[in-house]
Amino acid sequence: MTLTKTKLLPIAAQVLLFAFSILMLYPVLWMVFSSFKDNSEIFAKSFSLFPTEWKFGNYAAGWKGFGSYTFATFFKNSFIVVLIYTVGAVLSSAFIAYGFARMEFAGKKFWFACMIATLMLPQEVIMVPQYIVFQWLGWVNTFLPLTVPSFFGIPFFIFMLVQFMRSIPAELDNAAKIDGCNSFMIFYRIILPLTLPGLMTAAIFAFYWHWQDFIGPLLYLSRPDLYTVSLALKMFSDPDTSSNWGGMIAMSVLSLVPVIVIFFCFQRYIVEGITAGGVKG
Amino acid sequence: MREKTNLLGYFYISPYIIGLLAFTLIPMAISLYLSFTDYNLLSSPRWIGGGNFSRMVSDDQFWQSVRVTFYYVFTAVPARLVFALAVAIALKELNFLKGFYRLVFYVPSLIGGSVAVAVIWVQLFSKDGVVNAFLNTLGFNIDFSWIGNPSTAIWTLVLLSAWQFGSAMLIFLAGLQNIPKDYYEAASVDGANAWRRFVRITLPMLSPIILFNVVMQTINGFLAFTPSYIVTEGGPMNSTLLYVLYLFRRAFQFSDMGYASAMAWVMLILISILTALIFSSSRSLVHYEGKGD
Repeated sequence: MTLTKTKLLPIAAQVLLFAFSILMLYPVLWMVFSSFKDNSEIFAKSFSLFPTEWKFGNYAAGWKGFGSYTFATFFKNSFIVVLIYTVGAVLSSAFIAYGFARMEFAGKKFWFACMIATLMLPQEVIMVPQYIVFQWLGWVNTFLPLTVPSFFGIPFFIFMLVQFMRSIPAELDNAAKIDGCNSFMIFYRIILPLTLPGLMTAAIFAFYWHWQDFIGPLLYLSRPDLYTVSLALKMFSDPDTSSNWGGMIAMSVLSLVPVIVIFFCFQRYIVEGITAGGVKG
Repeated sequence: MREKTNLLGYFYISPYIIGLLAFTLIPMAISLYLSFTDYNLLSSPRWIGGGNFSRMVSDDQFWQSVRVTFYYVFTAVPARLVFALAVAIALKELNFLKGFYRLVFYVPSLIGGSVAVAVIWVQLFSKDGVVNAFLNTLGFNIDFSWIGNPSTAIWTLVLLSAWQFGSAMLIFLAGLQNIPKDYYEAASVDGANAWRRFVRITLPMLSPIILFNVVMQTINGFLAFTPSYIVTEGGPMNSTLLYVLYLFRRAFQFSDMGYASAMAWVMLILISILTALIFSSSRSLVHYEGKGD
């Protein structure tokens, strides 16, 4: 390699990388800027990013929703479902992980192997029978199918939290035991606080997977007053219900705001979570 | 004493065992039974033996969905992983704006699975969309919708998937940072150029992580649903009818629960075989470092 080549290459690579990053970000930028454009401008000058005139009317128009339900209802539904799911997933997974990480019992290896196996099991395989079971239970058109299963632990989080808890020195448990703590007190006074970063990671992933979940609400919620944001967006975007592109794009942007906010606040945990266990997606 | 810890252990993992039974094992057993029946939710299941499976063999739409899914997986997964590895390698060498790039490239992974992005994708690739506007300014004269054209529709989904290379990239980046620097220095001293260093050091050292990513992304690829449901609705002319979308339609549009259950089992077996194949074929390619220490 000649000297000029080694000096030039990084600059060329830098330029290329920057251009590539703009290209990658373009769909997102287009969506955000289009949400401030007049309806007639969105497609007439679709290539140009910036609106000739910044308008907020799309947000007001989109927020009205459809039928007699506004996006206030859909956002409220999403938050209810996602918060219950997240709390259930994190608490139950921590509880179960504590059993795996700190207790010795017959058959532990077997159950742990079961958990790893279910970690890989595609939910789509049991989609049909689960639907049938939930229908028998009369749970269709309630939030129960979307929230109750989380209270029985999420294998990925259990696995992650077991790793986390194993790194906490056992001397702490023993000291607490001598001081008269029973196993549950050790769990919530010592293990839980020390696992907090792991719990945060689990909570963030639970939130953002479930916020974007589409197939669950699609299967179980058929009444508009129960729609979550993602389901409402799909219905909103059907050409026969609406041709209000501006409103639809504005609501799309709005639906991503919670995800983006959480990402910026907790970036460190997300990067750790992905690289530690190798998350799906 | 032993008794007591046994009980305590089961006390803590009991939610998992109950959940496993209620939400996984029992549904799987039901699903296995239903796959040998004709069941439409209204009347009780009727045993038809292997009827669903033989119906599958002669079902053109089923084979179409298998073809589409394989095509999708074998284009989208390599595209995503190649992007992820290339960008990870570029970012590793970078000390300027590294955090910014990591963020920008991760954003598509963060939001790419959402309905919002799928809805936007439809606009980007429509007849008057941004992609055509851009290509037309470059002098191409394209007046069709990429989504409405049977020969291009699947590529809009492949692009949507490749676009979300960010999380695989982060995993690669973490792996790259674990490769000791002296390996590269020693190789440079011995006169190895950048390509040789990549082939002889980076690839072998990264191979377990590559394997992990290939397996996970392949499984996820087979299960893709939302993109074809929202962006292309399986069309035009079933050119984007992914397997899970067809399964979903059979189950929930036609109440063909027996057939859909059979399809789910076929998919599970198929994914298991494929995963096993990837693992066994990779044995000679994957290098595990430091078993001794």
